[in-house]
Amino acid sequence: MRILIVGGGMGGTILANNLARRLRGELKSGKASITMLSATDQHMYQPGLLYVAVGKMSPDELYRDQAGLLESSIRFEVDPVTKFDLAGNNVTTESGKRHDYDVIVVATGSRPHAEGTPGLAEHALQFYTEADALNMYKSLQAFEGGRVVVAVGVPHKCPMAPLEITFMLIDYFKGRGIWDKVDMHYTYPIGRVHSLEPVANWAVPEFERVGVTYETLFNMKEVTADKVISEEGTETDYDLLVTIPSHKGMAVIEENELGAGGFIPTDRARLNIEGHDNAFVIGDTTNLPISKAGSTAHFEAEALAENIASTIKIGTPVRDYDGKVFCFIEAGEGRATYAMFNYQNPPDPKPPTKGMHWFKTVYNKMYWASARGLL
Amino acid sequence: MERKLVDAKNTFCPGPLMELIGQMKLASVGDELEVLSTDKGSAADIPEWINKVGHELLDSFEEDGVLHLIVKKTK
Ligand SMILES: Cc1cc2nc3c(=O)[nH]c(=O)nc-3n(C[C@H](O)[C@H](O)[C@H](O)COP(=O)(O)OP(=O)(O)OC[C@H]3O[C@@H](n4cnc5c(N)ncnc54)[C@H](O)[C@@H]3O)c2cc1C
Repeated sequence: MRILIVGGGMGGTILANNLARRLRGELKSGKASITMLSATDQHMYQPGLLYVAVGKMSPDELYRDQAGLLESSIRFEVDPVTKFDLAGNNVTTESGKRHDYDVIVVATGSRPHAEGTPGLAEHALQFYTEADALNMYKSLQAFEGGRVVVAVGVPHKCPMAPLEITFMLIDYFKGRGIWDKVDMHYTYPIGRVHSLEPVANWAVPEFERVGVTYETLFNMKEVTADKVISEEGTETDYDLLVTIPSHKGMAVIEENELGAGGFIPTDRARLNIEGHDNAFVIGDTTNLPISKAGSTAHFEAEALAENIASTIKIGTPVRDYDGKVFCFIEAGEGRATYAMFNYQNPPDPKPPTKGMHWFKTVYNKMYWASARGLL
Repeated sequence: MERKLVDAKNTFCPGPLMELIGQMKLASVGDELEVLSTDKGSAADIPEWINKVGHELLDSFEEDGVLHLIVKKTK
């Protein structure tokens, strides 16, 4: 059984290590093999970019060698896939190599697509890549006060990031002693300040307490040098615009016509690509209507590893992915909380505490153990 | 003209309206989208958004506890 994992990010790595442990005997005897193809030899802890953007982490803290995170029984190659032939059970890579497989898992992630909104890439600060997060921090350092607007595109990975960056910016401006010169305005695409109602209910009084104004049902249509114009017909002026742009899946997914916007139609319980029994998707690349988050990729990877291993061992999958997501929420002032939910149970976040912030700070370091499958 | 299903049943985040907004971007003018939702708030906030942006709500009904909203992209 040749298992091919495309993508060595959060989902792909957790899946590969989990499978390697479950299939130790089969890998040793040659009954199974695991190959991972990825686009880079480095693994980035993307949530750390939030901290880079406000000068609280340095970029080198976010990387590890991908090969060093993987069980030694996994064959790892840096050679991105360019062509998927799901009917023929093979992929072709940038170097021109063909890989045949029995089972494929696609975990190529998602990417910010500021170019989809006219003017956004030119005028807004972003923090979803290392270069953008560093540029944002340098621009913040040069900022002496004025109107700061936070604007959010749909879809985007990390649903907590809009609120988190807002609270982290407030702390940053307070730390520099210029908060009284800042007028902060938060915008959000739907009719409340966060998609999770209890989180929105908590955030509004926090905004009122610290003096953040907000506008809901605000979807960016166009950005000029000094204002953001919404699809809903309103506009808001800014001196500094911070954005989380709308996202797409990887171009290779669209080029191979695997899914609109680069997101692949996926079965919500079994995680197979619709219409294919031996092809699966995890992480940001699914089109599932759930949060695009590392924790989603993690829980999907665990469920899928168990099913692929059990299919090899006993000929059948043993569990469904239940939609589980767990997200920390940095709440500013050294506090954090979290939201946990699945397809059946809504979240019930507790008031933020300093303890939870420390737990998140520790998790930022422990992530590597989690990727190795040790947590 | 296509009718696309936006199955946002039993999900809390990003939720039915955010799913619809994302799918609207991928649709062409004239396409219809049918949103399935089990979130009570959707009955109010999806029509409100459609009205503000100027798309068209063709129909809405509830069947077996699932809200169906049929929306036409007009621009
Ligand atoms: C600023 C920021 C903050 C975040 N905060 C949080 C948080 O607090 N909590 C949380 O849970 N999540 C958070 N996330 C989201 C989280 O990082 C992603 O949801 C997660 O990384 C998705 O995992 P993935 O495996 O789907 O994709 P990724 O981790 O992005 O991995 C994709 C992999 O695919 C590879 N690849 C790409 N193209 C190809 C190709 N053609 N062939 C082969 N390989 C390819 C890439 O090299 C990469 O290794 C945050 C993200 C950002 C940017």
